[in-house]
Amino acid sequence: MYKYDTYDQQMVDNRVEEFRDQVKRRLAGQITEDQFKPLRLMNGLYLQLHAYMLRVAIPYGTLDSRQMRMLAHIARKYDRDYGHFTTRQNIQFNWIKLEDTPDILAELATVEMHAIQTSGNCIRNISADQYAGAAADEVADPRIWAELLRQWSSFHPEFTYLPRKFKICVIGADEDRAAMRLHDIGIQMVMRDGVLGGRIHVGGGMGRTPMIAPEIRDFVPADDLLSYLEACLRVYNRYGRRDNIYKARIKILVHEIGADEYRRQVEEEFIAVKALGLDPPQAEFERITQMFADPAFVADDGTAVDRSDPDFALWLDQNVKPHKQPGYAIVNISLKPQGGIPGDATSAQIDLMADLGERYSFDELRVTHAQNIVLPHVRQADLYTVWQQLDAAGLAPANLDLISDIIACPGLDYCSLANARSIPLAQKITERFADPARQRDIGELKLKISGCINACGHHHAGHIGILGVDKKGTENFQLSLGGSGAEDVSLGKITGPGFDEDGVVDAVERVTETYLGLREEGERFLDTYRRVGMAPFKEAIYG
Amino acid sequence: MDKPMSLSANADGLLRYRDDAPHEEPAVTLDAFLGQTNATAVRIEAGDDARALIPHLGQIALVEISFPSFRDGRGYSAARILREAGYDGELRAQGDVLVDQLLPMRRCGFDSFAPESEIDAATAEASLSRYENFYQKAADGVVPIWKKRHG
Ligand code: SF4
Repeated sequence: MYKYDTYDQQMVDNRVEEFRDQVKRRLAGQITEDQFKPLRLMNGLYLQLHAYMLRVAIPYGTLDSRQMRMLAHIARKYDRDYGHFTTRQNIQFNWIKLEDTPDILAELATVEMHAIQTSGNCIRNISADQYAGAAADEVADPRIWAELLRQWSSFHPEFTYLPRKFKICVIGADEDRAAMRLHDIGIQMVMRDGVLGGRIHVGGGMGRTPMIAPEIRDFVPADDLLSYLEACLRVYNRYGRRDNIYKARIKILVHEIGADEYRRQVEEEFIAVKALGLDPPQAEFERITQMFADPAFVADDGTAVDRSDPDFALWLDQNVKPHKQPGYAIVNISLKPQGGIPGDATSAQIDLMADLGERYSFDELRVTHAQNIVLPHVRQADLYTVWQQLDAAGLAPANLDLISDIIACPGLDYCSLANARSIPLAQKITERFADPARQRDIGELKLKISGCINACGHHHAGHIGILGVDKKGTENFQLSLGGSGAEDVSLGKITGPGFDEDGVVDAVERVTETYLGLREEGERFLDTYRRVGMAPFKEAIYG
Repeated sequence: MDKPMSLSANADGLLRYRDDAPHEEPAVTLDAFLGQTNATAVRIEAGDDARALIPHLGQIALVEISFPSFRDGRGYSAARILREAGYDGELRAQGDVLVDQLLPMRRCGFDSFAPESEIDAATAEASLSRYENFYQKAADGVVPIWKKRHG
């Protein structure tokens, strides 16, 4: 894992002092809320429906047990004993007092954490594949490049007042577990003729105008990566629309001028920028790379995992994934219990996950964009005890990627922009599909709910997506089918007129039943939908 | 950040981080400048292409870049483009320039500020000196952390 040096630490400490001063001026009435707003937003502090919400950055979703315990401590001391893991691999605390925020940030800084650039029209927290360093299909560890981008983007002087927020994702495998092409910039690290580099996609995103990022350059050598991104961002900063907030994301620029014209401008800018010597020295790549070296794996003794406990075996089959190292496995901890709030965890649960990460996963944990937690490096011999401890804490739902593994944004229960409540709907769906055997029969089905058109719940990328809209003052839900955030990326299509809360649960059930009736051997829901199209589903829902 | 060579807050609230005398000639628009190439001061609006000035940098003593709103960050790129092209005359940010923007503006090469609402020189100084080191190389000549780490 990356460890701060004195430069990194000083940067974060200075930021705490700066924000303490800004809060002091606000509380003393020296600055107005209007003047304070852009300052607090630069530090991830939002004023929500009921209270301040603080979003803490978890760079590329990676953290150690000490950092995880700090999150539990903050939830316990400053919030209502829980935190909410988000689709951007961050954590949000929903009940924060303004006067506590400088102390919270100071506590976070003691464990190399911060809330820098978790909001505002700047480059946000970099996201990455949650199986980085553990996946068998990995070509390069994306965390190395995500960390480099974290540093490059922190207080970047030219890109702090972009037309709109800016999200970058890095993966290092062909399988896309991070919805890479639905980011403003999506980078896939690849090897070409023995040289490491990035395949660059620009202009993806969700929101009200979802788009899949086109490829802008098939290969940028690692040595040129930052200069190339600098060029991508500069073209956007200069020519991205600023007249309309809904048209200000880079996807609109790329769409309006076309990928070819955008590429031409970037390439021209890149020639100018590359000459400036902005890219870090080779020694810096090496320094960061060393920090992500493999942990001290022990040799596989070849013992097979004992599957005699049937509940454990179900969890093993659903939530545990193969590891690149023989004798190890990747454990997914589902934060989606039946009737629960997707992504929420109590302080006690966060502490327990920290303990397990420390003891059984080389002190490493990950947060996924699907709002779950990963223990990336667990010995197969330890899987049973890890499962037992998770199960005792309500952390062992065996539902990874099943219909109850729902992504949902905070919605109208918290969010001041929401049209509808996402959380109660997610809860109802998990109740309707409570039978685990039925869920397994339906198989992989990614259901995603957003409480408004901003699409924080990634509904466009859901195999089944649900969007909350406001229909003459009442909550209404639109259903869409066929989206995917994976390497087979696609955007969902709306089925037709919307539903009330119970109506949409019924509609989801009809969709799954139609699928079960139509599927051919080995087909997931998404495969069947792609083969047969919308018509039979529409017929089942509205017919 | 390096300390300013000189800081003068004059009667108009102009903050200058240069020790030459302020330029007297009024700035003309980019269009006017490109039409009558004997002007020495030019004003760039947020949407103008700063690159159009590059062939003429030798004759220019002042470029004023407009910030219609602090949220409009186009001027940061315009400033860097001019500095990267070798411009070393006065580069002034004019408009909705707030104290919290001074640091990134300095890093992008601005060396004078004409804010719409006055900025207290002491507050400016405190805000500019808070951070000692920066990750990125920019237009202010600061040695980036990446270099310092490796000597
Ligand atoms: S999708 Fe809308 S309701 Fe949900 S968190 Fe985002 S802004 Fe709020």
